[in-house]
Amino acid sequence: MRHIISVLLENEPGALSRVVGLFSQRNFNIESLTVAPTDDETLSRLTVTTVGDDRVIEQITKQLNKLIDVVKVVDLTEGEHIERELMMIKFKASGAFRAEVKRTADIFRGQIIDITPNTYTVQLVGSSAKLDAFIESLGTASIMEVVRSGVSGIARGEKVLSI
Amino acid sequence: MELLSGAEMVVRALRDEGVKYIYGYPGGALLHVYDAIFQQDEVEHILVRHEQAATHMADAYARATGKAGVALVTSGPGATNAVTGIATAYMDSIPMVVITGQVMSHLIGEDAFQETDMIGISRPVVKHNFSVQRAEDIPAVIRKAFHIAQTGRPGPVVVDIPKDMTTPTDRFEYVFPKSVKMRSYSPVTKGHSGQIKKAFDLLMAAKRPVIYSGGGVIMGDASDELTTLAKTLNFPVTNTLMGLGGYPGTDRQFVGMLGMHGSYEANMAMHHADLILAIGARFDDRVTNGTDKFCPTAKIVHIDVDPASISKTIRADVPIVGPAKGVIEEIMQLIKSSKKMPDAEALDTWWKQIDEWRTRHGGRYRIDDSELMKPQQVIEMLSKVTGGDAFVCSDVGQHQMFAAQYYKFNKPNRWINSGGLGTMGFGLPAAMGVKLNFPDADVACVTGEGSIQMNIQELSTCNQYDLPVKIICLNNQSLGMVRQWQDMNYESRHSQSYMKSLPDFIKLAESYGHIGMKVDRYADLEAAMTEAFALKDRLVFMDIAVDPFEHVYPMQVPRGSMRDMWLSKTERT
Repeated sequence: MRHIISVLLENEPGALSRVVGLFSQRNFNIESLTVAPTDDETLSRLTVTTVGDDRVIEQITKQLNKLIDVVKVVDLTEGEHIERELMMIKFKASGAFRAEVKRTADIFRGQIIDITPNTYTVQLVGSSAKLDAFIESLGTASIMEVVRSGVSGIARGEKVLSI
Repeated sequence: MELLSGAEMVVRALRDEGVKYIYGYPGGALLHVYDAIFQQDEVEHILVRHEQAATHMADAYARATGKAGVALVTSGPGATNAVTGIATAYMDSIPMVVITGQVMSHLIGEDAFQETDMIGISRPVVKHNFSVQRAEDIPAVIRKAFHIAQTGRPGPVVVDIPKDMTTPTDRFEYVFPKSVKMRSYSPVTKGHSGQIKKAFDLLMAAKRPVIYSGGGVIMGDASDELTTLAKTLNFPVTNTLMGLGGYPGTDRQFVGMLGMHGSYEANMAMHHADLILAIGARFDDRVTNGTDKFCPTAKIVHIDVDPASISKTIRADVPIVGPAKGVIEEIMQLIKSSKKMPDAEALDTWWKQIDEWRTRHGGRYRIDDSELMKPQQVIEMLSKVTGGDAFVCSDVGQHQMFAAQYYKFNKPNRWINSGGLGTMGFGLPAAMGVKLNFPDADVACVTGEGSIQMNIQELSTCNQYDLPVKIICLNNQSLGMVRQWQDMNYESRHSQSYMKSLPDFIKLAESYGHIGMKVDRYADLEAAMTEAFALKDRLVFMDIAVDPFEHVYPMQVPRGSMRDMWLSKTERT
């Protein structure tokens, strides 16, 4: 099963490499990983999506917690949560397909953020599944480039991940 | 206010941590630090002949005392040579602080002379590592390094110090922090009472219990508590390779080591148990054999200070995160206050069964007609000559298993071996580290002609610092454990496991200023070994010819259950 794990990390040099190294060292899977500073400049927040059975996920959270630079770990998928990913996707867009891209982007509430006579670049925000669905509905034939941010997530309601 | 250079702060902080000896090897990046060492006499430096030995000496000091050992190595090759020793300590959860020199900050990343990314290289084999960014941080960083190394589940910590952090002319106020507080690091200091109560209930209900204890009891200083608990409950105790000495080896309730080369009765008891109380052990693959067949009828209570060790390979029914000592004490309090005891009749039946297993294969080996000594005989003699009271520092291979099986450890911290990583070359430097700190104790290095040659250069260090360890070299002229596997799994194709062109170890020892003794016949062994240990002030290298065809048994059948064992070359369970 897919899990979204959020980590508060000391904003120290090398901290990120400890997390990434842990995943490869212990043969854990990383599907996506994002990291950025938080409102507290001494902390970074890292979100990793991974796949594994309960035993593997338990090990991942325990091993993450063991890293000295890790302040807190939460598996967002254990509770109600919101996940978002940003994608920018560049299409060869000419002829009838040009209108098709525009229409589909509208349906998915995407925005066209760059235009040339032959291309459209669409920005889309949503769950990973929604981004996948967008790509699927337009087909891969005209895609020139895809860039995805990886998943960020936050718990619903009053639950927060902070120190 | 006292102003010190970074180099002086390194030495002063070590002193303030209570460090007496550091083990190391100088080099360019550390010259300022070595100059600071020269100008004081509170911290003594031991010059090894290879950085790996420095780490093993520091490691063995920690294994014998529970306190972090300190190694000091220069950048580049000094640091990389130390990696094996760091990994050795990491796998066995040994507290150690390794200070590595680094090229000057402005050169980092430029492929400077003797530059290596030690933070990156050491990352997977350390509990934590630090790169010093400001010279004035040195005392605090060293304080943190010791704190992390010695608390929770212990482990090695690397402190990487760029040369410009130690410049003699840059001086700063020296402040050694009284305490350490880290928001991201707070090891568990007490087990959960609810979980402990659950464990207590299972203990009271057990009819076929086994206590399985590991290195966590040794490093957690919980051996007295474990002994009291086992005695109170009349439960059998088995130790892992790392846990030997955690429970008295000559006691009736001790059923021996368990696992791949565990005793017949220990492995049988584990397999048939209805309750396993695991304390400071991590169910590693050399213990469990096939995890899908592991102890099919047992409920498992697992006490460990590291939550990640619990349910990693074998799911625990009652996990208890906490230090062994405190958790066992709490269990004892429950026993006392409840005045309950387990079913004595059931235990009696269980003990009868265990004793029957014991008589079936109670540490037997065969002495055949050949002139050659059995390696087991040598270890039994070592146990006899030293009264079971020596520090036994082992290398890795068959001799290690024989030592684990046949030396009866009645005290913790006496059995010093590389269990997790299996580092050949560990034994001699380990013995040196122990001897230096326990000059009056008998210290034996049990080794083979293969392992000893991996750090043989340290005979020179032994001479320089008068370290009269006794080297018990079980010479079978082959890499015995490799050869055993080749016998068992590769139709005796002994690929690269035969040692040709061995040196004359007697002359070799003598050339380093030591005494060499060659023993070929069992009849001569006792006298020779007694003489060797009587030579209190001299290192004696005992080159003992043993049967090259001997195998270590029992040996579990790969991927089988705990009870699936070879008992000899021809007998199987």
